[in-house]
Amino acid sequence: MIFSVHVDVQLRPGIADPQGSTIERSLPHLGYDGISGVRVGKSIRFTVEAADEATARAQVDQLCHTFLTNPVIEDATVELEVLTGASA
Amino acid sequence: MSARVGVVLFPGTNCEMDAAEAVQTLGGQAEILWHGDATVNGVDAVIVPGGFAHGDYLRPGAIARFSPVMQAVSAFAADGGPVVGICNGFQVLTEAGMLPGALQKNRGLKFLCATATLRVESTDSVLTGRASVGDVLRVPINHFEGNYTCAPETLAMLQAEDRIVLRYVENPNGSIDDIAGVCNEGRNVVGLMPHPERAISALLGSADGVVLLESLLAASVPAPA
Repeated sequence: MIFSVHVDVQLRPGIADPQGSTIERSLPHLGYDGISGVRVGKSIRFTVEAADEATARAQVDQLCHTFLTNPVIEDATVELEVLTGASA
Repeated sequence: MSARVGVVLFPGTNCEMDAAEAVQTLGGQAEILWHGDATVNGVDAVIVPGGFAHGDYLRPGAIARFSPVMQAVSAFAADGGPVVGICNGFQVLTEAGMLPGALQKNRGLKFLCATATLRVESTDSVLTGRASVGDVLRVPINHFEGNYTCAPETLAMLQAEDRIVLRYVENPNGSIDDIAGVCNEGRNVVGLMPHPERAISALLGSADGVVLLESLLAASVPAPA
């Protein structure tokens, strides 16, 4: 089965976000008021081939932990959907 | 016999010659360790120098930590061997889990190229053994991602264990608790954002990096033949 994967990487709550705060500080100067809590993350997309969803998810979770995120400061949210090969 | 210091070279590293030159100027022998070779060649100390290892893609150090040489550097450190990560090298050592915390983009998102003033906070490390607590050193910084961060409990541990080796006198990048350099539990692995190898001659602006690199050489006792 082939799965389409979307990994959303965000800084963990409580970790300062220099990009988010710089964007937020600039907003009033651009005429946008009332916007707060800006956080900047990363969006990573790929496909993975695996026997079933549980296997694919386990592989992606491990990939996130060892490589795609720095667990000291980042969390990942994984969205996974079947692209092809779903059996009846 | 002078200490042999290995200087790690990744694709994208750009401070390896400065580091090697500094080591040799101070009486050590420097040799380059290619990232693709899983060995430290029996050196007495390792410097992971600055630059943009593997292009800093994904995160600085995220790819470099998987280079074959890093397994050897990690094993060398586990045996007590002195390892110093400078700038990008500091980022690589945090990604490799050899030092706590992480380095984020600078506060204000500015690339900083300046001379920073540092205070020596602990002399119990391979990089500060010959300095004195309270020494004030002028050392260049040159980074975009030098904003040290860690969990509150990690910070409390670093403070309690006297593992904050260097602090900025004036915080340039937003680092938590003004941290410029930290060491591991064994005190033989040190990471710092400033570049002591660029501060070894008054003619070039400062010789305050000498005491740090001399400390490293002094801690790098060659194995008896």
